[in-house]
Amino acid sequence: MSLLVLLGTMAIAIVRLNRLFAVVILFDIFSLLSAALFVSLGAVDVAFTEASVGAGITTILLLGALSLTSKRQRQISWKRHLPAILITVAIGILLLFGLSDLPRFGDPEAPAFGPLYSRYVFGSPHEIGIPNMVTSILASYRGYDTLGETTVIFTAAVTVLGLMVRGSGARTWSGGGMDHHLILRINSKLMLPLILLFALYVQFHGDYGPGGGFQAGVIFAGGFILYCLVFGLESVQSFAPAGLVRVLCACGLGLYILTGLCGMLLGGNFLDYNVLAHDPLHGQHLGIALIEIGVGTTVAASMFAMFHAYAGYEPQA
Amino acid sequence: MNTSILFITICCILLTMVLALYRGIRGPTLYDRILAVNGFGTKTVLIIAVYGFFKGRPDFLDIAIVYALINFISTIAVLKFFEYGGLGGFLHGPGAGNP
Amino acid sequence: MIWNVVSWALLLSGAAFVIVGGVGLIRLPDFFTRLHAVSIPDTLGAALISAGLIIQAGLSMVALKLLIILAFLLFTGPTATHALAKTALHGKLAPRTRNPEKTP
Repeated sequence: MSLLVLLGTMAIAIVRLNRLFAVVILFDIFSLLSAALFVSLGAVDVAFTEASVGAGITTILLLGALSLTSKRQRQISWKRHLPAILITVAIGILLLFGLSDLPRFGDPEAPAFGPLYSRYVFGSPHEIGIPNMVTSILASYRGYDTLGETTVIFTAAVTVLGLMVRGSGARTWSGGGMDHHLILRINSKLMLPLILLFALYVQFHGDYGPGGGFQAGVIFAGGFILYCLVFGLESVQSFAPAGLVRVLCACGLGLYILTGLCGMLLGGNFLDYNVLAHDPLHGQHLGIALIEIGVGTTVAASMFAMFHAYAGYEPQA
Repeated sequence: MNTSILFITICCILLTMVLALYRGIRGPTLYDRILAVNGFGTKTVLIIAVYGFFKGRPDFLDIAIVYALINFISTIAVLKFFEYGGLGGFLHGPGAGNP
Repeated sequence: MIWNVVSWALLLSGAAFVIVGGVGLIRLPDFFTRLHAVSIPDTLGAALISAGLIIQAGLSMVALKLLIILAFLLFTGPTATHALAKTALHGKLAPRTRNPEKTP
């Protein structure tokens, strides 16, 4: 519970602080504490995703956004926003009332332990057969929801690119690197293959332990972002040009949808993996592998494209 | 006996994290704060590894590796932000960040 | 078992080094001295704690992952502090010296 108190203190500090850079660092630590909270509740996959996305990519993207605005928040007078404050407080009180109606943590009568629970927990070893139940629920039983999540990430990337990329779109990346940090450059070059290898490990190990497409995509993008930070934005032009990265954002989502459509073409429902191979179990494995690759590709390309939209922004001057 | 030794280790690392947080809040210059956050991240990696052994679930080591990576990349991003004034580097030129 | 005792000794000494580093972070007077306090005992403490955990884990995938974490911390810790020191020097942060005239 001390974690919750710390989280609450950080939230108040984030709202009250004026210096935006301190707010970004506090967001970083806030995400880390949330990840610790999820670990203490036993949700390892969620903690993994929160640590990588919240503490890593979000900090970098917020820093990129911060570099384009002023360093301090303008003073806001609370009198102007009085109606908004009242509505928010009212909704907060309503939510607290609703909270008292929720079942207790671990209550066997809770709706989470209804018939779906038995279907997922006891049916997953037979129907899908992968050890990590989170991936089987995420990718197979609730595959349609995951399609929605991937679409959200794709939409975010499209929105950022639409707002930040000017004119006909930058054909090449442009921006400088950290030229005089010799040791940093050498070490980054040494570590980049290991980071990418680890991303691939997380991607394909998602069936057996914590991992999967989302986390792997973020780590992949993180490796490329590290390289771009140290060597300048032009350094990746030869193997990851701007157009290719933007197309890849859509390709991952397209792979996901194509897998679903293949299910329909082969006689099953949309996103039905049982018909994809000669045997339902193999079909499930194939389907999950394909959509995880799709998710990983979209997430990696989207994060990288958003980073470049912020970092390579040239004011119209 | 094993769990109590692990528990003592976790408490020691937690204490150091609190000390690092104090330096992060009090640090007179900005670089003190960046140093404190970097140290906080490194201790977090250690605490996740020891906590995984404490609970008997070795899955946590993946999170520790990822967080070691993320901590490093975030520190480099913050440094670049302060030295070059932006993540791309050519916004204002070198040495232009304001601590 | 003797290996258990060795592992406990490594874990406790690692924890002791980490605390020493933390105390140094509070007590040392200048940013550049605090840089020493964070990176050096931190890396050594991480190495000792990882060695203690590897002995407990035996020869398995868990030990390999611990080795990867250790290698990663050994690579990135000193690099990050070196980059930080260089940035601080570029940001015209002067180290505290005995004679105020002789600053680099």
